[in-house]
Amino acid sequence: MAIAEAQNEVITTADGVPLKISLKKALWQRKKTALLLVAPLFFFVLITFLIPIFDMLLRSVDNSIVAEQFPTVVVEIRNWELNSTELPDEATFQALFKDFKAGAIEKTISRLGRRLNYELSGMSSLFRKTARKIKKVETPESATETMIALDKKWGKLETWRLIKRESGKYTSSYYLSAVDAKKTSDGSISMKDEDRQIYLGLFWRTIKLSTAITLLTIILGYPIAYLMATVKTKTSNLLIILVLLPFWTSLLVRTSAWIALLQKEGVINDILVAIGVLSDDGRLAMIHNETGTIIAMTHILLPFMVLPLFSVMKTIPPSYVRAARSMGATPFTAFRRVYLPNTIAGIGAGGILVFILAIGYYITPALVGGTKGTLISNFIAHHISSSLNWGLAAALGAILLALVLILYILYDKIVGISNMRLG
Amino acid sequence: MPGDTPLVQFVNIQKSYDGEILVVKDLNLDVAEGEFLTMLGPSGSGKTTCLLMLAGFEPATYGEIYLKGKAINKVPPHKRGIGMVFQNYALFPHMTVSENLAFPLEVRNIDKSERETRVKRALDMVQLGTFGDRRPAQLSGGQQQRVAVARSLVFDPDLVLMDEPLGALDKNLREQMQYEIKHIHENLGLTVVYVTHDQSEALTMSNRIAVFDDGIIQQCAPPQVLYEEPDNAFCANFIGENNRFLGKVIEDYGDTVKVEIDNNAGTIIAKKVKVEGVGVRCTLSLRPERVTVNPEPGALPNIFSGVAEELIYLGDHIRTRFTVCGHDDFIVKIPNSADHAHLKQGDTVNIGWTAEDCRALDPSD
Repeated sequence: MAIAEAQNEVITTADGVPLKISLKKALWQRKKTALLLVAPLFFFVLITFLIPIFDMLLRSVDNSIVAEQFPTVVVEIRNWELNSTELPDEATFQALFKDFKAGAIEKTISRLGRRLNYELSGMSSLFRKTARKIKKVETPESATETMIALDKKWGKLETWRLIKRESGKYTSSYYLSAVDAKKTSDGSISMKDEDRQIYLGLFWRTIKLSTAITLLTIILGYPIAYLMATVKTKTSNLLIILVLLPFWTSLLVRTSAWIALLQKEGVINDILVAIGVLSDDGRLAMIHNETGTIIAMTHILLPFMVLPLFSVMKTIPPSYVRAARSMGATPFTAFRRVYLPNTIAGIGAGGILVFILAIGYYITPALVGGTKGTLISNFIAHHISSSLNWGLAAALGAILLALVLILYILYDKIVGISNMRLG
Repeated sequence: MPGDTPLVQFVNIQKSYDGEILVVKDLNLDVAEGEFLTMLGPSGSGKTTCLLMLAGFEPATYGEIYLKGKAINKVPPHKRGIGMVFQNYALFPHMTVSENLAFPLEVRNIDKSERETRVKRALDMVQLGTFGDRRPAQLSGGQQQRVAVARSLVFDPDLVLMDEPLGALDKNLREQMQYEIKHIHENLGLTVVYVTHDQSEALTMSNRIAVFDDGIIQQCAPPQVLYEEPDNAFCANFIGENNRFLGKVIEDYGDTVKVEIDNNAGTIIAKKVKVEGVGVRCTLSLRPERVTVNPEPGALPNIFSGVAEELIYLGDHIRTRFTVCGHDDFIVKIPNSADHAHLKQGDTVNIGWTAEDCRALDPSD
């Protein structure tokens, strides 16, 4: 009984304060220091990284431009059913006229036209044409007739269904485009025509090339990492410098060097033709295709595989393999049964690092990939800087982010994140 | 019992890593079947290199190693059939204890039921019968050590090599493991080549000890001989505690010599072991426990008066530091017997020893 009572009693320090509270107070000072040390980086990351990512994710579903440009239309159109076979009522057309004219005068309406053009081609020209004309028109008796007179498309159900569908504050249409799907005019979801599908193939190619690059870096990086881990420190330091040497030159220079080497009139083809392996017409196409992307990116990402492998291999004592050999294992068995399993953490760490870097790589595929070797990131860049379809770029980016997170979770489930060692 | 041909023979072995320094200089050593031979020496003396050459992990630069009468220089390690225990145990961290033990049997294609019996037998031998499913990291140092020993024996090798296997254990555990390994050796009739730098470990376990220094075997003898009759100053100094005097031989009586201690601190009669002729320099070596306090006058050839500088009570004996013949680091172990001399710090007493116990050896350093 006495023991049980003693256990229930709260242990206190000499002044009667419960021990746990006293301990917390004592540890608070240390915690404060830790927080202060982290704070600058935390705010930096928050402002430059987390907030932009959150903003990007928001953009991929944001549809507020419709409500901004058509403030009264989106209210009136609520009375109209999507599957209705008649045009919306006069009140809706009045709202359209009012919103459109206001937008035309402020010259902001064409932005909405561009936005709706993503869903249905022809919308952009409809909006530009209507905007030019509507400025001269006074408030009409029948807005319906006036609008249809301005452009016949205003009298088509297709146009109105689009406006109705996209009248909400949020839209899924960017994500649908990002996976080559679309909403049909009755609101259901279907895949785009085969010849108009782009992104699924691109995602597939990105994953395929990244996997190939990761496997190649493992195959090429494993022996060199093993050598680095087993030779004398002096030699291994030299090898580390050689492995890191590519980092000393600019990415662009390295990629351009690959162009000089691999192109049709490049060094490798010239040599092969000169020694008679290839005929002059049969020069190999090694660049501006998938091969070029794989070769150049494998080269650039190799250090990210070698270093984690090296750091893991360095911790494996040579006595493991010796023990296996002394017990009767052939060199190959000793490697397969003893050495390789102990380097899994390094392969995992290097593999996930290279794969994640490869899946979002941009510059190299843009320069050496041609049309067949470009990756999803090149299209994201295209939508951000050329086509200005930021919503679609954001959706593509978000899917890429999701892919990486899924991969990370899978890795954690199979290998365990705590086993990952990067250096 | 030792057979006609030794199990292992090192013949004129030389080894260099860099082509400039010989780590092992002309090694000749036989290991008989059933023997427990220890290679003892300071670090860098070449003993581990010898073990690695025997196991096949380092090639000999010159010379030949024979196992059961066959030259094995060109035989790869996995075909030598030699078990090995490593300093850091080298248990495979990704396998359980049972899987570790089964590994040498698996690579020999021994079938599963036989494998299980032998793994169990090996685990029982080291009293770890219930630990089969654990990972090495979940075991204590001593348990890991036992697993490593069991693993080196599970495939019934002709020869087991142990490279400082107890170096990482604390003192008590180390002593316990010394007896366990010794018992396993005796019970199974194994041949063991053991490397250590710990002389007490070597004395406890071995049939014979090869003392290495500077790539050369200084002496290879059973523990008792090594301790009581060291051949040279290095062995005398390296094995056990040792009082040393440096001096010059002034008279040669055949079996004994008269040595004048440097700085005219006195003359000592000593057994002639490794000195040649009058006038040469030599080292005198005397074990602390062979010194008599308050001997009868005239009973011993060497009697000197000494001052007790320091007394350390160690239970079974009292370790006393004297100043004798100008040396203030002369140690005497006074047994804690009923009638031992009760000294106090600063006491001046006579101490003496026989000529037999004081050995005249080569002049080291």
